[in-house]
Amino acid sequence: MRHRYRDCVGCLGELMGHEAFQVKELALCTLMKFVELEAQYPLIKIEWKGTLTFPCDLLKVVVDGLLPTHEDASLLISRFQEYMEYDDVRYFVMKAVTASVGQVMQKTKERPLPFYQQNVFSLISPINMPNKESEMVKFMVKQDNREELKLSRLQAHKQVFEKMWLTFLKHKLPTGLYKKVLVILHDSVLPYMNEPTLMMDFLTVAYGIGGAISLLALNGLFILIHQHNLEYPDFYKKLYSLLDPSIYHVKYRARFFHLTDLFLSSSHLPAYLVAAFIKRLSRLALTAPPEALLMIIPFICNLFRRHPACRVLVHRPGGPADMSEDPYVMEEEEPSKSRALESSLWEIQSLQNHYHPDVAKAAAVLNQSLSEMEDDISGLLELSASELFDKEVKKKAVDVPLEFEQVRGLFGKKNDIFAEHFSLD
Amino acid sequence: MGKAAKRKRKVSVPSTAKGPVKSAMAVVKSNPFEVKVNRQKFDILGRKTKNDVGLPGVSRSKAIKKRNQTLLKEYKEREKTNVFKDKRFGEYNTKITPEEKMIRRFALERQQNYGKKNIYNLNEDEELTHYGQSLAEIEKLNDIVDSDSDTEERGTLSAELTAAHFGGGGGLLRKKVSNEQQDEAEEKPKSRKELLEEMIAKSKQEKQERQTRRESALELTEKLDKDWKEIQTLIAHKTPKSERKDKETEKPKPDEYDMIVRELGFEMKAKPSERLKTEEELAKEEQARLQKLEADRLRRMRGIDEEANKKRPSHMSADDLADGFILDKDDRRLLSYKDGKINIENEEEKEEDEGEEEEEEEGEEEDNENEEESQEESASENEEDDAADSHSDLESDLESEEEAAGNKEEKKHKANENESQNVEKSDLKREAAKSELPYTFSVPESYETLKSLLAGRTIEEQLIILERIQKCNHPSLAVGNKAKLEKLFGFLLEYVGELATLDLPELRTIDKLVLPLYNLCQMFPEAASDSIKFILRDAAHDLEEVIEVKGRATYPGLDTLIYLKIVSLLFPTSDFWHPVVTPAFMYMSQLLTKCRVTTLQDVIKGLFICCLFLEYVSLSRRFVPELINFLLGVLHISLPKKKAQGYTVVHPFTPVGKNLELLLVCDKEDLKSWEKQNVPLSIVTRLKETSRTEINHTRLSCLALCFDLIKKCAALYESLPSFHEIMHPVRILLTQHLPVNEYPEKLQEWYHSALKELENRVKHYTPLICEKKKPVPLKQYTPKIVKVLEFGRKQAGSKKEQERKQLIQRHKRELKGAIREIRKDNQYLARMQLSEIMERDSARKRKVKELLGSLATQEGEWKAMKRNKWKN
Repeated sequence: MRHRYRDCVGCLGELMGHEAFQVKELALCTLMKFVELEAQYPLIKIEWKGTLTFPCDLLKVVVDGLLPTHEDASLLISRFQEYMEYDDVRYFVMKAVTASVGQVMQKTKERPLPFYQQNVFSLISPINMPNKESEMVKFMVKQDNREELKLSRLQAHKQVFEKMWLTFLKHKLPTGLYKKVLVILHDSVLPYMNEPTLMMDFLTVAYGIGGAISLLALNGLFILIHQHNLEYPDFYKKLYSLLDPSIYHVKYRARFFHLTDLFLSSSHLPAYLVAAFIKRLSRLALTAPPEALLMIIPFICNLFRRHPACRVLVHRPGGPADMSEDPYVMEEEEPSKSRALESSLWEIQSLQNHYHPDVAKAAAVLNQSLSEMEDDISGLLELSASELFDKEVKKKAVDVPLEFEQVRGLFGKKNDIFAEHFSLD
Repeated sequence: MGKAAKRKRKVSVPSTAKGPVKSAMAVVKSNPFEVKVNRQKFDILGRKTKNDVGLPGVSRSKAIKKRNQTLLKEYKEREKTNVFKDKRFGEYNTKITPEEKMIRRFALERQQNYGKKNIYNLNEDEELTHYGQSLAEIEKLNDIVDSDSDTEERGTLSAELTAAHFGGGGGLLRKKVSNEQQDEAEEKPKSRKELLEEMIAKSKQEKQERQTRRESALELTEKLDKDWKEIQTLIAHKTPKSERKDKETEKPKPDEYDMIVRELGFEMKAKPSERLKTEEELAKEEQARLQKLEADRLRRMRGIDEEANKKRPSHMSADDLADGFILDKDDRRLLSYKDGKINIENEEEKEEDEGEEEEEEEGEEEDNENEEESQEESASENEEDDAADSHSDLESDLESEEEAAGNKEEKKHKANENESQNVEKSDLKREAAKSELPYTFSVPESYETLKSLLAGRTIEEQLIILERIQKCNHPSLAVGNKAKLEKLFGFLLEYVGELATLDLPELRTIDKLVLPLYNLCQMFPEAASDSIKFILRDAAHDLEEVIEVKGRATYPGLDTLIYLKIVSLLFPTSDFWHPVVTPAFMYMSQLLTKCRVTTLQDVIKGLFICCLFLEYVSLSRRFVPELINFLLGVLHISLPKKKAQGYTVVHPFTPVGKNLELLLVCDKEDLKSWEKQNVPLSIVTRLKETSRTEINHTRLSCLALCFDLIKKCAALYESLPSFHEIMHPVRILLTQHLPVNEYPEKLQEWYHSALKELENRVKHYTPLICEKKKPVPLKQYTPKIVKVLEFGRKQAGSKKEQERKQLIQRHKRELKGAIREIRKDNQYLARMQLSEIMERDSARKRKVKELLGSLATQEGEWKAMKRNKWKN
C-alpha cells in the first residue's frame, strides 16, 4: 500500500511536467491534497510530541515540479499561490526553494538558467510575509502544540525568507530579472529580512553595473543608508556619474528623480556638489523630451531654493563679461573638479527657446529671482508624453489662426526642405 | 415753518397752473387733515427726499377706484366666457373731441384700404386726384387740349388750359359763369358732382366731334396727297415746300411754357447705377451658372435634342383652322388608344414628362446612366411626339382597335428608323456630355459618397469637382451648407489619408488636393482644426496603445506624415501656442523618441519628420532636442560597429544592438556610382524589391539629407547660448568617426558644408544675470482720498458690480411692491365678497320679514274673522 502510494506520488510528480496545463494543475492539486492528508495522518508514527509532522519530502516533489529548468511555469505557479497563503506551507516551500536553488545552481556550475531563475522569481516574489506574529493563524495542518514549534515564530520565517533570497541572489541573474528583482526589492524583500545589511553586497554590485540597473539599485541603497546606517563611500560621486542622457528616457525616470530629490534635499551638501548636479542635469536636459523637461526645470529651481549658494549659476553680476569656453567640464567624474560654480546655466537659457510652450515658460522662470516656496514636483514626475499631448489637444482655442500664404501643393512652399530631398513618386 | 411755507407754495403753484380738475386735488392737498408728513430726523444737504409728504386718503381712494375698474370687473365676469368687445376707435375715450375722433377713424379706414390687395394687380394703385379729378384724366385732357389748340385763337389761353395748368382754382367759378344762363334757367345751384359730370359729358362730346373732324380732315389730306403724288411726278419739286410752309404757318407755335414742362417731364431722371454685387450674390450667380450648365449637360447626356423640345409646342389642335395647312408625314400617323381614352393619355404623358424633368434636376448622381436608358427615353419621346401629333385628327379616328394596333406597330417601326438616325447623331454629343463633369454637386454626406464621386477621375477633374461643390454650396446660399462643407473637410482629409496608404500612393493627387483643403480651411478654421486635431489624437492614441502592448512603437504610415505636412501648410507653425500645431509638435516628438528604428524605411520616415520639425521651426527658430538626437542617431547607424567614443546616442538609438549599421555602405562600386537624387516618398509604403545597389544609393541619399539637415540646424540654432553643447556630439561624430574619405565626392561636399556650418560659430558666453526685481514700494500712511460723485449712492465696486447691486435692489423693491399689491388685491376682493354676502343676507332677512309680516297679517285677519264669527 505504501509502495503504491510512493509510485502514485512519483507519477504525479512526473505529470507536473506534462504539456497540458489541465493535467499539471490537476496533478498539483492532488499532490497538495496528499500533502494535507499526510500531514494530518503521518505515515511514520510520531515518536515524541512536538515533532513536526509536515511531509517535507512530498512538498519537495511539488516544488521541484513547480520549478522546471526549461520552461516558463508562471501559470502553474500562480495557481499555486493560493496554497502559499498557509503559513506552514509557505515556510516549507521557502525551505525547499532554498535547497532546490542550491542544488540546481551547483549542478549547472554558475551557468545562467533563465527559465529556472524566472520560475524561482515568480514563485518567491509574490510571497506575502506576515508583519506580526499574531497574524500567523492560517495553517494547513492544525497542530495542538504549535506554540512551541519553530514554525509559528515570525523570526524563524524571516530567517528562512532571508536565506532563500540570499541564495537566489548569490548567482548571476539575467538583466531583465535583475531589474525585476531590484524593482520589488525595497518594497517586499528588505522589510522582511532580519539583517537587511546582508543585501548590501548585492546592491553595491548592482549599483556599480551602471545604466538602469544602477538607478534601480539606488532605491534599495537608499533604504539601507536611511534606515540601517549604511556608510557608502563616494555615494554622491557615484550618483553624479549615473547621470547620463538616458535618465530622461528610461521608464524608471520618476523613481530615479524622486530619489535624487531626496538625496539632494539635505541642506548640508556642499555648494559645488549641488552646482555640479544642476549643471549636469541641465546639460543633459538639452537632449530630453518635453515631458522630462517639464519635470527637470522645477527640480532645478528647487535645488536653487535649497542651496542659495548655487544661485551664481543664474545670477553672476560681477563676472567676466565674455568667455570663450564654458568653464564646466562635463567629462570630469569628480563633482568637485567640474568647475560648475564658475559656470552659468546657459542650457536653461537655450531651453527658453524650446518648441513646447510650457517648457519655454518654465525655463523663463529662471530669469526672475525665484520665489521662496518650493515647487511641488511629485505630480510632474510621472508625466508622460501622451498625457501632455492630451492636455494640448483638449485645450479650447478661442480662434484658430490660419496660414496666410496660399499653398501651391504639398511641397510648394518657398525654400521647402522637402522639395530638395524628397520626390512625390 | 419755513419748510411748510415752501411746501405750500409748491402745492399752490400747480393748482393755479392746471385746470379745475386739478384744483380739487389741491384742495385736498392743502387740507391739513389729509396730509401726512414723514418727519425727517436729520436734514441732509443735497439729498432729495421723495416721500416726505403723503396723501393717504387720496391714494387709497385712487387705488380703490382703480380696483373697481379692473379687479372688480374681472371678479364679476369670473365665470362668463363671452366677451363683448367694442372695436370702434376711441369710443370710450373722452379726451378726444368728436371731430378728432372722426378724423382719426377716417385715417384708420384709409390705412386699411391702403396697399394692394393683389400684388399682380398693377392698376390698383391709389388714384391720385387733384381737385377731385384723377390726374391721369387731366393729363389726357391736356393732350387733347394741346393737340387741337389750333382750332382756338392763338396766343390766348383757353379756359380749359388754364384749368389744367393752374389747378383750376377758378375753374369752378368759370364753369359757373359759362353756365350761368342755364343755371339761372334751372334756378338751382348744382352740386359739385353734377357739375363735374356735366363737364365730363361736355368734354367727351367735344372730343367726339373733334375726332370726327380730324378724321374727315385726314381723309381729305390723304386724298389730296394722293392727288398730289400723281401730279408730283409731273412737276418739279418746288411746290411741296411752299405747301409745307403753309402748313407750318398754319400750325400754332407751341407754347414755351408747355415746351419746358414737357422737356422737364421727359428729361432723364437720375437713375441709381447698378450697385456692386456682394459675395453672396456672386456666389448665387455662380451657382446659377453652374446649375444651368449642369442642366444643359444632363440634357445632352441623355440625348434630348433641342429640336425635340421645340417641336412639342408646335402641335396643332384638332379644331385648328389654320390656312397654311401642311400635310406632313407625321400627320398621317394615327392615334394609339389606351383604354379607349385619348386625352388622358396625353396628359399623363405630359405629367410623366414633368416628372422626368424633375428627375433631371434632381439627378445629379445619375451621370452614369447607360445608353439603353437614353435610348428608351428617346423612344418614349418619339411616342410622345406621335401622341401629340395625332391630336390633330381627333375627330376622324373611328377606326377599330386592331387597325390602331397595326398602325402602332408600323409607327414604331418608323420611329425606330427615325431613331437610329437620331441616335447616331446624338451619340457623339452624349459621349461628350458623359465625359464632361456635372456642373452642380451636392455636398457628400458621407466619406463613401465623396470617394465614389472622386474615384476614377483625373486630378484636374477632382479639383474641378471639389471647386464646384464649394461654389454650389457656398454657406451664404443656404442654411445647412456651412455644416456640410465643414464635414467635407474631414472627408477630404480622410480621402487624402487613403490615397497615401495605397500601395502606390497617389502623391501627385494629394499634392493638388491640398488646394481645396486650404480653401476650406480658410473658410472654416474651427472645423478644420477640429478635424485635424481629431486625426492627430487618433494617431497619438494608436501610438500609445502600441507602446503599452508591445513596449515599443513603430513609425506610422505615410498618411500620418502627410497629415503632419498638411498641418504646416494650413496653419502658421511659428505661433507660440497653436491649437493644432502644438499637438502636432508633441506627436512628432513622440514619434522621434518612442519609435524604434529598425529598417531603412524607418530611417526615411524619421528623416521626414526631422524635415517637418525643421520646417515647423524655420521661422520661430525654436529648439527641438529630439531633432538633434535623431540626426545623431542616424549618423551613428551609418558607422561600422565599434565602441562609440566621445558621444552618447539617445533613445531610441542604442550604442549597441542589432539595428546598427542600417545606413552603412561598404560596397565601393555603389559608393562610386551614387548620385544625389531625391528620395521618392512611395518607398515608405512600398517595399520595393530593389537591388542592393539601389538600397545602398538610398542609404547614401539619406546620409546626404542628414548632413543637410545638420547644416540647417546649425544655421537655425546658432543664436542659442549653448549651441556648442547641443552640437557637441554631432561634431565629434562628424570629425572623428565618419569615414569621410570613403564617401563619394558629392557626399563629401554635403559633409563639408555641414561641418563648416558647425565649426564656423564662435564660442561666446556671457554670464547670466537675473532680471532685477521691482522694488517693493514703501507703505504709506496718508489717507486715501476718493472723490464722491453722488451722495447717497454706494461707491465701492466696479461699474459692473454697481450695476449688479442696483439691479438686485430694484428687483427687491419690485418684489416687495408686487407682494403688497397682491395682498391689497386680496383684501379688496375679500371685502367685496363680504359685502356681497351681507347684501344677500340682508335681502333674505328682509324677505323673511316681509313673509312673516304678511303671514302675521293673514293670521290676524283670520283671527279677526273668527272672532267676528264667534261674536256673531
